[in-house]
Amino acid sequence: MSTLLLLTITGLGLGAMYFLIASGLSLIYGLMGVLNFAHGAFISVGSYGTWWFSTNVFDGVHSILLRWLLSSLVGLALGAVFAGLVELVLIRPLYTRHIEQVLVTVGLSIAFVALLEGIWGNDPKTFVVPAWLHATTTVGGAHIPNDRWVEIATAAVVLVALQLFLRKTRYGLIIRAGVENRAMVQALGIDVRKAFTLVFAIGGVAAAVAGVLSGVYFNVVGPDQGTSLLIFAFIVVVIGGLGSIGGSAVAAVLVALTQQYANYYASAGVGDMVVVLLLGLVLLARPRGLAGAVVGARA
Amino acid sequence: MSRRTLVRDVFVPLAVFGVLAAVPVLHVSIPKLFDQPLSSPGTLQLLGACVLFGGLALTYDLQFGYTGLLSFGHALYIAIGVYLSNIAITDWHWSFWVAILFTMGVAVVVANVLGAVSMRVGGIAFAMVTLAFAQAGAVLALKDPHHWTHGEEGLGADYTKLPKAFVGIFNTKNLYWLALAFLAVVFFVVRWAVESSPGRVWQAIRENEQRVEVLGMRPNLYKLQAFVLSSTLAAAGGIVYMLLYNGSTLAVTAPNFTLTLLLMVVIGGAGSRWGAVLGGILYTYLNDRLVAVGSSSAVEGLPRALRTPLSQPLFLLGAIFILIVFFLPGGLTGIATRGRPSGLRRLQESIRPDHTLNAPQEDA
Repeated sequence: MSTLLLLTITGLGLGAMYFLIASGLSLIYGLMGVLNFAHGAFISVGSYGTWWFSTNVFDGVHSILLRWLLSSLVGLALGAVFAGLVELVLIRPLYTRHIEQVLVTVGLSIAFVALLEGIWGNDPKTFVVPAWLHATTTVGGAHIPNDRWVEIATAAVVLVALQLFLRKTRYGLIIRAGVENRAMVQALGIDVRKAFTLVFAIGGVAAAVAGVLSGVYFNVVGPDQGTSLLIFAFIVVVIGGLGSIGGSAVAAVLVALTQQYANYYASAGVGDMVVVLLLGLVLLARPRGLAGAVVGARA
Repeated sequence: MSRRTLVRDVFVPLAVFGVLAAVPVLHVSIPKLFDQPLSSPGTLQLLGACVLFGGLALTYDLQFGYTGLLSFGHALYIAIGVYLSNIAITDWHWSFWVAILFTMGVAVVVANVLGAVSMRVGGIAFAMVTLAFAQAGAVLALKDPHHWTHGEEGLGADYTKLPKAFVGIFNTKNLYWLALAFLAVVFFVVRWAVESSPGRVWQAIRENEQRVEVLGMRPNLYKLQAFVLSSTLAAAGGIVYMLLYNGSTLAVTAPNFTLTLLLMVVIGGAGSRWGAVLGGILYTYLNDRLVAVGSSSAVEGLPRALRTPLSQPLFLLGAIFILIVFFLPGGLTGIATRGRPSGLRRLQESIRPDHTLNAPQEDA
């Protein structure tokens, strides 16, 4: 029972990261039709930015907690700025050329990983976090590492904030309308392209949050960490239904729990295979993902 | 076949492959371009890799450039060729030819099954799904549940089971010829396939899938044909890869392996036979030689901010790739087509947002 509880909480922690990455991917795809391969770079900007500021700028700060929080904030800001710039400089000039946009993000992801390796090498960097995060709390007989709670809570806050933003603000309204029918929004005289940069910046922040959390979860940051997380985020996005934040959240939990349980109860690696199998099954039964039918019914 | 197409599609390629076939017997040195004489095993190994990747890039171009299928999982089929043939020979002690036949058979079956499932979705979602399947293959090779692939160590081939002509450093020229033969076979098969009547339909799907459907044909059936042919040729290339590198390593299973094929095709020119071949050869050559540039004295003298990016071949190739997408969408061969739509420009119709998960889509 305690093992099951530990697996479940750990799975939810992993699912939190999948959700943070997938939500941005899903919004960007839903609004702009761009599969953003550079999302892995956004994750790395967050994790490496936090690591660099923590060891080079804020290393004089005595409280480890404060040092971690300050450098994380800078990491998130860097993620937003980097993602916004990518949209403005690389994506916008290729407007409506979806395949070229995808290719540019592919090129960026390859060049970026190579640059990280060139500057900081292949070796993973140790992430300095408050010791409390790696201590455990005993719940129902299970010793659960505290960072899992932080990951779950952060993802929940981001989920609520995103939903509030999308439902309660004017920009959120434009983004939701753009996901449904971009041509119609433009026909109403709204420049939907302004929303593009915004969506990229939001996706960049969410991915950078995932980057910081992955540094906590894995204890280290490495050059290809972003890419390996990205693949599962792609699976989450397809299972959840492209363009749906709620669908991404449900699918992230589903994928991460399946992965954890199968990796533990069967053997290591089986979880990853089962997730791909799950993807195949969802595609056969519901080609538009879990949330896809809802979108279709409204349209 | 008119005289012009006979010259263009048969005589010119034969002449080019003939010249390439003569390389191992030329005892000349080309300073700067190659460290050792052309006939030395080291140079032949590099040139063998170049022509092999020329062929592999062309198999990818068959689905991407000719049919408009953006797959991120082509590495899976190459990996099947690289690993399964080696596992059958080294782990199961099968004879070489039985192992080859078995590998090709498995590749055809896997391509049919996974291709049919992936084609439930179109456009970008297809790309993600193929990526996921390839990732499953990569995990399988890494975790190695049956102790066949030897995970991160890689699996060296049992050379006693391989044909004598392909074993040993003195036979590098035979391996080069094998890789070149693979390139030639792929080249003529692709030429024949895209000019056949299903091949015409593939290109029509690339231009406008809905119009093909309106004409009463089932695009998915034709897309599956192209996918299976391309994947089968890729698996054959994987076997050549295994022989050339004397075993199997995880590099061929990585998602980035497919992305490099995509880079090769776009740099050379998508939807063009010579483009894909040129892209594959050039990319492989640069990826190898740019390492030397990075450690050369000219670069060593530069400030660190410039030196670091210049010492990373993949950074340079990624940057070149982005520039080509922006300013030369026809790729290097697109320069020769003078304004006619070529390369990426022709692909616009096939991957539109309304072909994807988001839009109402009727089930086939």
